[in-house]
Amino acid sequence: MPLSSRHLLGLNGVPREDIELILDTAITFREVLDRPIKKVPTLQGKTIVNLFYENSTRTRISFELAQKRLSADTVNFSTSTSSTKKGETFKDTVRNIEAMKLDMIVVRHESAGVPLYLTKISNANIINAGDGLHEHPTQALLDMYSIKERLGKIEGLKVCIVGDVAHSRVALSNIFGLKTMGAQVSVCGPATMMPLGIEKLGVKVYHDINKAIAENDVLNILRIQLERNAGSTIPSTREYHNYYGVTAERISNYNKEIVILHPGPINRGVEITSEVADGPYQVILDQVTNGVAIRMAVLYLLGTMH
Amino acid sequence: MQIVLKNVLLINPAQNLNSKSSLLIEDGIIKKNGELDDSEIKNSEVIDCEGKIAAPGLFDMHVHLREPGREDEETVQTGSNAAAAGGFTGIACMPNTSPDIDSAETVRFIIEKAKNHMVDVYPVGAATLGRKGEALAPINELVEAGIVAVSDDGVAIKNASILRSVLEYCGMFDLPVIEHCEDPTLANGAMNEGLNSTLLGLNGIPTIAEDLIVMRDIMMSEFTGSRVHIAHISSAKSVEMVREAKKKGIKVTAEVAPHHFTFTDDQIKSYDTNYKMNPPLRTKNDLDEIIKGLKDGTIDCIASDHAPHSIEEKEMEFIYAPNGILGLETQLGIALSELVHKKVLSIEQLIEKLSINPRKILNLPIPKFEVGEAANLTIIDPDFVWTVDHSQFKSKSKNSPYDKRLLTGKSIAVINNKKMYINGKFSNI
Repeated sequence: MPLSSRHLLGLNGVPREDIELILDTAITFREVLDRPIKKVPTLQGKTIVNLFYENSTRTRISFELAQKRLSADTVNFSTSTSSTKKGETFKDTVRNIEAMKLDMIVVRHESAGVPLYLTKISNANIINAGDGLHEHPTQALLDMYSIKERLGKIEGLKVCIVGDVAHSRVALSNIFGLKTMGAQVSVCGPATMMPLGIEKLGVKVYHDINKAIAENDVLNILRIQLERNAGSTIPSTREYHNYYGVTAERISNYNKEIVILHPGPINRGVEITSEVADGPYQVILDQVTNGVAIRMAVLYLLGTMH
Repeated sequence: MQIVLKNVLLINPAQNLNSKSSLLIEDGIIKKNGELDDSEIKNSEVIDCEGKIAAPGLFDMHVHLREPGREDEETVQTGSNAAAAGGFTGIACMPNTSPDIDSAETVRFIIEKAKNHMVDVYPVGAATLGRKGEALAPINELVEAGIVAVSDDGVAIKNASILRSVLEYCGMFDLPVIEHCEDPTLANGAMNEGLNSTLLGLNGIPTIAEDLIVMRDIMMSEFTGSRVHIAHISSAKSVEMVREAKKKGIKVTAEVAPHHFTFTDDQIKSYDTNYKMNPPLRTKNDLDEIIKGLKDGTIDCIASDHAPHSIEEKEMEFIYAPNGILGLETQLGIALSELVHKKVLSIEQLIEKLSINPRKILNLPIPKFEVGEAANLTIIDPDFVWTVDHSQFKSKSKNSPYDKRLLTGKSIAVINNKKMYINGKFSNI
């Protein structure tokens, strides 16, 4: 069974069978990553461009590595300046790149909607590597993979996303994906970090981190962006840490195992302490490895569709 | 030259007129209203108006002509042509040009550019220098040069103390102050804030950004006794506040743009930048209150907020694309389809909102169907079914979300200033 779409723009509306297919396929590729020779010829002859309009290190490297492991030819187009400032429109840039004959585009852009727009002006398969505050589907897929790897299932689990949900594409993709897979999803953070209408998505809202720890099986802890949040949505990172930081003491109060995810990069001492980030319940580095496997799975499934 | 409008339904709410007649127009003046002789018909260009309506020439009080400054997007000439094609004989143009319309010189420049056209163009002056909200524009000079209102459109008058001065000063001329109601500190977004902005990952502009300034402006209007006109109202709460203010006798009026009674923010799901405007498309709840406000008279008029943008600018990533859409050439068709045919407004009420009320707000004379009066009228076929095709627009720009939309109702011909626009062409009459 192939995927139901030739693009991966987000997880909103993606059927459960598709998510399961990607997660199952990733298991095979995860095994490849443990072999001495970590390369398969699956996408030989395919050309993929990584179109990154926003600074990114780990997501771009993860995609690039996934592409190389699948033997695809890859090129990177990275720019931190927007097309407006550069003088060439985004459309012209894309048309130029496409004229070089390519099969897939992995795109990250600070404007939501750019991946959808790409499907209208390009014939390539489009993979969203993060668009504005909208979606980051491969991150949510690797999060789900990591949860399943640790706990054996997703269905019925209680997963809480902690942090600046209003400004997080990771949160939104996780909400869509996890709910489709049958998890109970909640969010935790100060009211200033909760987007309007979030409860209409069937998501419980906590303003008390202790309660969130007590009632959930998994915490997915978002990075607090110092430049964006301090002073406007939270008084300071110190106050955030005091009231919402995930610490070993807080977890120990409940005498339970709780799986800790973090999409990185970590602000140690702000949203999470080192004790937790390096502790027994975290799967943070597994997420990074699994990210390559998930991206291999997505690239493979889309790249071999006819 | 003689023109005969044969068997036309004359509707002019300002005259309490709704009756079938024939009009003889000679040299742009109404010469006869009633049964016409064969000889009068024989020597005239006869327009068969069976099933059609003649209304006092339609007026759009919120148009961006882009000249001076962005003549690549629109000029006084092309914008006036678009107005004629859309059925309008008069428009008021907003001052956010480059330079802004904040000097008598620029007012005269626009009036000069507009002269000899079928469409009357009335500039709106900036309320403050450079629309910066810091110092009063030379309002008395602008009035003498020919403005019909002031506005810092694009933004609200920033400083409440300056707003007070503008209102007090304009009160001396009974000049309306048109306000783009938005608190900029709350409005860093690309669409309405709500469930849809959350789902689409776009920063939102909450309705409170509009409501706060509407409240401020109503209170300031009450305090100074001067007139405030709320441009492109979009929020349910704002409509409610205007309704209450009117009950109290506060001199506030309001307009709505067609997209705010036609679309909701569901449209943004396509990330089509032709649905990006400011104020943004709101929710069904806001749309319903706007419809109610149109019905009960809270909203005085319909104005397009015609905002031409080049294809290169509009075809951009959603967060970078400029706000605004075209409106002149679709407004009447949208209003007839969405309001009259859906029984929200009667045709008389629509004519009030598209012709009579905007003129009243701007202190302009209202055209009458009387012998001896200049012919300033729009002939409307309310049942004409057509498909919007932006390649046929007279406007220089193409940024319309209505492209390919099926509409019922259109203007067939427009007469004003001894000129007629019919079948896509102007002629002297």
